[in-house]
Amino acid sequence: MIHSLFLINSSGDIFLEKHWKSVVSRSVCDYFFEAQERATEAENVPPVIPTPHHYLLSVYRHKIFFVAVIQTEVPPLFVIEFLHRVVDTFQDYFGVCSEPVIKDNVVVVYEVLEEMLDNGFPLATESNILKELIKPPTILRTVVNTITGSTNVGDQLPTGQLSVVPWRRTGVKYTNNEAYFDVIEEIDAIIDKSGSTITAEIQGVIDACVKLTGMPDLTLSFMNPRLLDDVSFHPCVRFKRWESERTLSFIPADGSFRLLSYHVSAQNLVAIPVYVKHNISFRDSSSLGRFEITVGPKQTMGKTIEGVMVTSQMPKGVLNMSLTPSQGTHTFDPVTKMLSWDVGKINPQKLPSLKGTMSLQAGASKPDENPTINLQFKIQQLAISGLKVNRLDMYGEKYKPFKGIKYMTKAGKFQVRT
Amino acid sequence: MSSNSFAYNEQSGGGEATELGQEATSTISPSGAFGLFSSDLKKNEDLKQMLESNKDSAKLDAMKRIVGMIAKGKNASELFPAVVKNVASKNIEIKKLVYVYLVRYAEEQQDLALLSISTFQRALKDPNQLIRASALRVLSSIRVPIIVPIMMLAIKEASADLSPYVRKNAAHAIQKLYSLDPEQKEMLIEVIEKLLKDKSTLVAGSVVMAFEEVCPDRIDLIHKNYRKLCNLLVDVEEWGQVVIIHMLTRYARTQFVSPWKEDDGLEDNEKNFYESDDEQKEKTDKRKKTYAMDPDHRLLIRNTKPLLQSRNAAVVMAVAQLYWHIAPKSETGIISKSVVRLLRSNREVQYIVLQNIATMSIQRKGMFEPYLKSFYVRSTDPTMIKTLKCYNFLTYVKSQDKQFAAATIQTIGRCATNISEVTDTCLNGLVCLLSNRDEIVVAESVVVIKKLLQMQPAQHGEIIKHMAKLLDSITVPVARASILWLIGENCERVPKIAPDVLRKMAKSFTSEDDLVKLQILNLGAKLYLTNSKQTKLLTQYILNLGKYDQNYDIRDRTRFIRQLIVPNEKSGALSKYAKKIFLAQKPAPLLESPFKDRDHFQLGTLSHTLNAKATGYLELSNWPEVAPDPSVRNVEVIELAKEWTPAGKAKKENSAKKFYSESEEEEDSSDSSSDSESGSGSESGEQGESGEEGDSSEDSSEDSSSGQESESGKFPSKNILWYIPQEKEKKTKQDRNPLTKDVSLLDLDDCLYSCLCTNENSCAASSNEWKRTSCQLLLSETALHFW
Repeated sequence: MIHSLFLINSSGDIFLEKHWKSVVSRSVCDYFFEAQERATEAENVPPVIPTPHHYLLSVYRHKIFFVAVIQTEVPPLFVIEFLHRVVDTFQDYFGVCSEPVIKDNVVVVYEVLEEMLDNGFPLATESNILKELIKPPTILRTVVNTITGSTNVGDQLPTGQLSVVPWRRTGVKYTNNEAYFDVIEEIDAIIDKSGSTITAEIQGVIDACVKLTGMPDLTLSFMNPRLLDDVSFHPCVRFKRWESERTLSFIPADGSFRLLSYHVSAQNLVAIPVYVKHNISFRDSSSLGRFEITVGPKQTMGKTIEGVMVTSQMPKGVLNMSLTPSQGTHTFDPVTKMLSWDVGKINPQKLPSLKGTMSLQAGASKPDENPTINLQFKIQQLAISGLKVNRLDMYGEKYKPFKGIKYMTKAGKFQVRT
Repeated sequence: MSSNSFAYNEQSGGGEATELGQEATSTISPSGAFGLFSSDLKKNEDLKQMLESNKDSAKLDAMKRIVGMIAKGKNASELFPAVVKNVASKNIEIKKLVYVYLVRYAEEQQDLALLSISTFQRALKDPNQLIRASALRVLSSIRVPIIVPIMMLAIKEASADLSPYVRKNAAHAIQKLYSLDPEQKEMLIEVIEKLLKDKSTLVAGSVVMAFEEVCPDRIDLIHKNYRKLCNLLVDVEEWGQVVIIHMLTRYARTQFVSPWKEDDGLEDNEKNFYESDDEQKEKTDKRKKTYAMDPDHRLLIRNTKPLLQSRNAAVVMAVAQLYWHIAPKSETGIISKSVVRLLRSNREVQYIVLQNIATMSIQRKGMFEPYLKSFYVRSTDPTMIKTLKCYNFLTYVKSQDKQFAAATIQTIGRCATNISEVTDTCLNGLVCLLSNRDEIVVAESVVVIKKLLQMQPAQHGEIIKHMAKLLDSITVPVARASILWLIGENCERVPKIAPDVLRKMAKSFTSEDDLVKLQILNLGAKLYLTNSKQTKLLTQYILNLGKYDQNYDIRDRTRFIRQLIVPNEKSGALSKYAKKIFLAQKPAPLLESPFKDRDHFQLGTLSHTLNAKATGYLELSNWPEVAPDPSVRNVEVIELAKEWTPAGKAKKENSAKKFYSESEEEEDSSDSSSDSESGSGSESGEQGESGEEGDSSEDSSEDSSSGQESESGKFPSKNILWYIPQEKEKKTKQDRNPLTKDVSLLDLDDCLYSCLCTNENSCAASSNEWKRTSCQLLLSETALHFW
């Protein structure tokens, strides 16, 4: 399966290599560099590159290319998914996944990679287990280790590895038993010129942060489970209970994990919480264009819209913009032609607007199209799909846990065409 | 940092375990920070001393630095003797790091590596399962051929270990040993057989992986474990699931009869490679009424379904391909939702998934229609786009990313050809695009319009005129060539413009691209034939220019055309046909999706992504005609055996009803013949579309025969030509009679035309092709004189 792994930074240096089978010369990466050169941007490097003797599968995250070298047929998604898992694990271990961090922790990285794959086949990828095998570095532990000579490496086989619940270790103890769930929904939408919705859909996740003693068995039920159209679960969720009762029944992993991600069925109309009024016009003769946008709340169920951010890629012909916002701050980068306006909170009584003029390149004809406006926003305490958790029950343990549920709606890829 | 850690070391001296003496450590003070290594000899000397010290912390420091070197790809092999001594260290972290080092360098220093073996052998008997497992892991990972027998022994022992974790590692070790010494195969298969019986979910994934690597053809080993694997599947860890699902897909394809019923089988016959050969078709038909799904088959399909909800994209894709390849067509629909969900994942996942979706949707249209919305922005995908409105496209065409815009335009073209109702809308949209300022967009539109017009040329004189005007402004060669070709083809419909265009072109001939020059020549020839009064001199002029061109393709073409159209006493026979040759109606090209030919690879595999066979790709076999005995899967439990008897009965009925087959066979044969005809027709179209196929040696006579066939409808008077035995053509080119010559020239024009139709990417290919055709041309020319 996975033969070797190379980590390459954005300037093209291989700063880490790991081989699980015989050593593959790093010159194999030359093919990768070639492909990288051809694809002008990092995002455009093809994930699968065939070379005469190997295949290079890569993912690009945190400005690092993770390039896996494969020799034989293997489902490409298998490798890609694994590489993403590697990145997630690093992030979990070190907080961030960046070149300096990996370089500083090269030994831990190496030990982790060694545990994750054996002969190129995934061995332990569950971060709970890995953390028992190799403890993540903390300042305290480094100090203690240097003093006592103890190590980061556990000498016992993680109990989870053998049990039927590999995601949870035994003997967990907390003084405060708590279980928090965050329901986070994202709206992806494209709004056309006239303000009508071309496409809109809602994706959601439920992130859990569970700190419970022992082996609790939780059941989470919804008021309106029918809303959930297409779901994917953390391995801990019992499929059968979901199929028959539409409730989530699970023995949770310890700590933070993503319990569920879902998609809201297409039949439900998506409430669009924001509208944008825009008036962007170029004229053929003049070198000045008009620019005016106003953002306002639409269907928000009485909640305030926060963290509003408007960005727009202006056409190449725009040299500069002189704008005045009624609130917030705005910037325009004349090199990348990126306009961004940090609006903040929307006050329905006084709608935020951004007005002004654009100066265009003299003599150049007017741009073909008006720029598209990208929106970001957040609404606390609201799941826009209307999804509601009914109750959370715990079995198997005696104590009373503290439970909490939070809802939030965010903009995903929210575009307004003008 | 050096002074710091040093201070700690001293402090810790007392508190540390008893084995550490109070030795002064001044000699081994670690120098420099971790990040700064050089392969400096001195430094290595330093490390050696640290490794030989009595202090674990010093050793650990040294090992950490060495691992750092390995990670950076620096050579640390000369430290091997010093490192290998520490293999028996009691400190588990040092031990682990030594293992890392060993695995990396043992291959290079085999003799020294042997020193460590006894430690591993001892560790294999350790009461701690983790230590046993890791010893086995390392032992099997050091690729030293001498220890093969020891490895074999260790694997055998470990496969009977009480701890499933150790057994899992044994399964991994099997693959390693196999790659080290393939001669151990037989023995290893025995171990695999034993491990396949294992009931632990932990082992299942790894042993199936070993099975796939070592003996994928020994399907008989699976029989007894099939049901167990199906039932365990949900609880196996996700990576194991992927491997098991892929294996079971292959298994099901060999062990069960096809669940694809005839009604959907029929539409598949044309598209689906499984039924592409006639034999296979018969089987599908025969089966249609008697089919009853094997309960084991059903078991697999049922048990994999919940996995569609996995968070792991690879698992979802594996289940999707399983459904695609082995589930009844009516049930395949459920995968589309999950697959579409994957599209919201990372870009790399999207890339792979989209490719797979493309293949699926080409074969089974409509599967993804409910999810059209999900494809909105990233749509380069033919079928789903089919039903989208054209204006939506037009928005994308305005996109900044010009490459994307070009792809969109091509898609519009495909969309227009596939659904006749929207052709007009598309065409209008494209014509609007012609006034776009961006050159690439215009060029791309021209090419697509050309293809579209070719299919229904009658009513579009206006567009042609418009395009003729554009000729002044467009500079992209492919587009210019396309316009010229269009005008040439339709020169009778636009009698006034055509000569004028030719005049302009004659003026700029020398500065044109080769591709355009060829089309100017073609246009000249066509006009000469239809409207010789006005254009005779012009054509002569162009031919003269062409004769002295630097490019030999152009010179060839010039000579060829001159011989053909300018009447002289020698070439009388052929020039009679000149008009027909040049103005023959060309079959409209089929606009095919580039994803068309991927379908012969199993979905979700690397080979499928690359559209090329990857090393170690296992072909998915066709469905068997009759299901092999299902009882082989019975485990020695009596109740189970009872349950499966109905399946056996069904099979008997199956064979009893074979009398259906006769009449159906007949139907089939007629079906297949018509199939092959239409197939050849579209083949010539494909030559136009995709460069690779156009490249497939037009001059080989077998190939050209297919071209003949497709043209046969249009030349009823010449029908006799098509009966000329192919062998005769093959013999020698010189003794061709004029009729065959004629044929070859016709082919040639077809081939010229196909060169033109090819997109930019095939230009390179076509120039190769030209070398071949020009040889042929010269030959026929000599033959002409002979005549």
